[in-house]
Amino acid sequence: MTHLGYLIAGWGISLVVLGGYALRLVRRGRSLSAEVPEDRRRWLESPGTDRD
Amino acid sequence: MSEVRRFLGDAGLVAARDLRIEFRSRVVVGQVVPFALLVLVLFGFALDADHRTLRMFASGLFWVAVLLSALLAVHRSAALELSDGTLDALRMSGLPPAALFLGKATAVFVQLMLLEVVLLGGLLVLYGVQVVDPMLLLVSGLLAGVAVAAAGTLYGALASGLGVRETLLPILLLPVLAPVLIGATRAFDDALGSVAVDGWAWTGLLAVAALIATVVGALAHGVLIED
Amino acid sequence: MTGLDETPGTTGSRGSRLLGCVALASLGVLGVLAFVLTGPDVRIHPTTGEEFGQFDAVRMLYLHVPMAILMYASFLLCAVASVGVLVKRTPWWDVMAHSTAEIGTVLCGLVLVTGSIWGRPVWNTWWEWGDVRLMTTLVLFLLFAGYLALRSTTSDPRRQERQAAVVALVAVLDIPLVNRSVAWWENRTLHQRSTLEELKIEDLTLFTLMFGFLTFGLVVWWLTLQRFRVGWLERAAIDHAVGSAIAERRSETSAVELDAAIGVPGDPAGEESP
Repeated sequence: MTHLGYLIAGWGISLVVLGGYALRLVRRGRSLSAEVPEDRRRWLESPGTDRD
Repeated sequence: MSEVRRFLGDAGLVAARDLRIEFRSRVVVGQVVPFALLVLVLFGFALDADHRTLRMFASGLFWVAVLLSALLAVHRSAALELSDGTLDALRMSGLPPAALFLGKATAVFVQLMLLEVVLLGGLLVLYGVQVVDPMLLLVSGLLAGVAVAAAGTLYGALASGLGVRETLLPILLLPVLAPVLIGATRAFDDALGSVAVDGWAWTGLLAVAALIATVVGALAHGVLIED
Repeated sequence: MTGLDETPGTTGSRGSRLLGCVALASLGVLGVLAFVLTGPDVRIHPTTGEEFGQFDAVRMLYLHVPMAILMYASFLLCAVASVGVLVKRTPWWDVMAHSTAEIGTVLCGLVLVTGSIWGRPVWNTWWEWGDVRLMTTLVLFLLFAGYLALRSTTSDPRRQERQAAVVALVAVLDIPLVNRSVAWWENRTLHQRSTLEELKIEDLTLFTLMFGFLTFGLVVWWLTLQRFRVGWLERAAIDHAVGSAIAERRSETSAVELDAAIGVPGDPAGEESP
């Protein structure tokens, strides 16, 4: 396959970055969930308050 | 009609105050303008000081120097509001945020005009440029100055304050001003006779940018200075 | 957003897990389509008879083009959410604005990188000043990197949600201006050579492109959902921390008042040594 190096670099970087970002989100989600009481973990349970 | 007059009067008061402080403290004249000239000199060193090269790039170098110096001027303008609860006093006095914005932007604009004049002198002397179309130079310089002053004042309010936010100003402001940089450089290219472009078309773009920056700034300033 | 039965302790839900699995499967199928089932872009020059074209580099486009479209969609959503912040002032809009801005910026960075990597074999250059789409995308990246930098200056998002919304809206308003100015600037628009019409659009190539759009749509949807939940949790954590600090102060005070009421000898102000 021509330009194989470029293809590997392009696809590789994209998948690694997106995968890494996804992993970071999941991890952060876990650690934050530990800090927050169960009823406040979803916006469906605790809708935002309007100020003023 | 009298409301408009009062509004303009308020803005005028703010502008006059800012300019008076500048006149007394001479920060822009004493520090920012020399910095701008220094940037021109540095470019001269870095680009190996050939008059022909410098003339070719003169307008670009000019506007980069203006933008970098404008960062300092805007930062200074925003910092004026931070001392001794000035901002709170202004807010409580019922001064409309748009008038505050207009006044401060006008003061920055005046300072930028001074800066541009001095830098132009620097270009003439240090880089050997020739002014082919002075009217174009004047109009584009003015309009670009309005755009930079307005956008700068808007973001200056946001990026001022203690610590982390001070260094935000360049990264917030400079990308927004990219079209102004492009347009002003092309207009000056035409006015200085270095490149064959339609400078007046670019000046039209600058006019649009200046208008948008002023209107958005006036509308949004109120949000950005709230705590 | 989706999924009401949660596993406490994670941002996952039945809905989001399903979405994630489908997205991954779709990514796999896209890989097969992009690398195995479709062919390289090869054309024969009418006069010289030589082969030319993008060859296998075209396979990069199945990644680059969908990401670019979804990047624009994310930033558009961010603009809408920023308007929501200014008008409605609920946390939902703000978390939405921040999440879509972050996802959009990540995508934008990848678009620039993959575009550059694609451009090297095809246009023979890593970068080209004066190309409209390149410049606009670069400025877009810088604008939203600035937005994210602003948001990172404080850990409490409520302090600057309206300011950030203004920054996002100014950024989005600036884009047409940037676009026009670069378009006038030079007429060298390399991107014109790479429009969809230029490719030999046989059915499978077009299908793969569309499938790529669907795939990355799912991926971005999953990422935005997760990012939103993380953002929501961040605010809840701050609220919770503030709330429990207040409750703690209150309970401290009542202990002192209780002592005073009972008549325990000692100073209510706590000035003497214990």
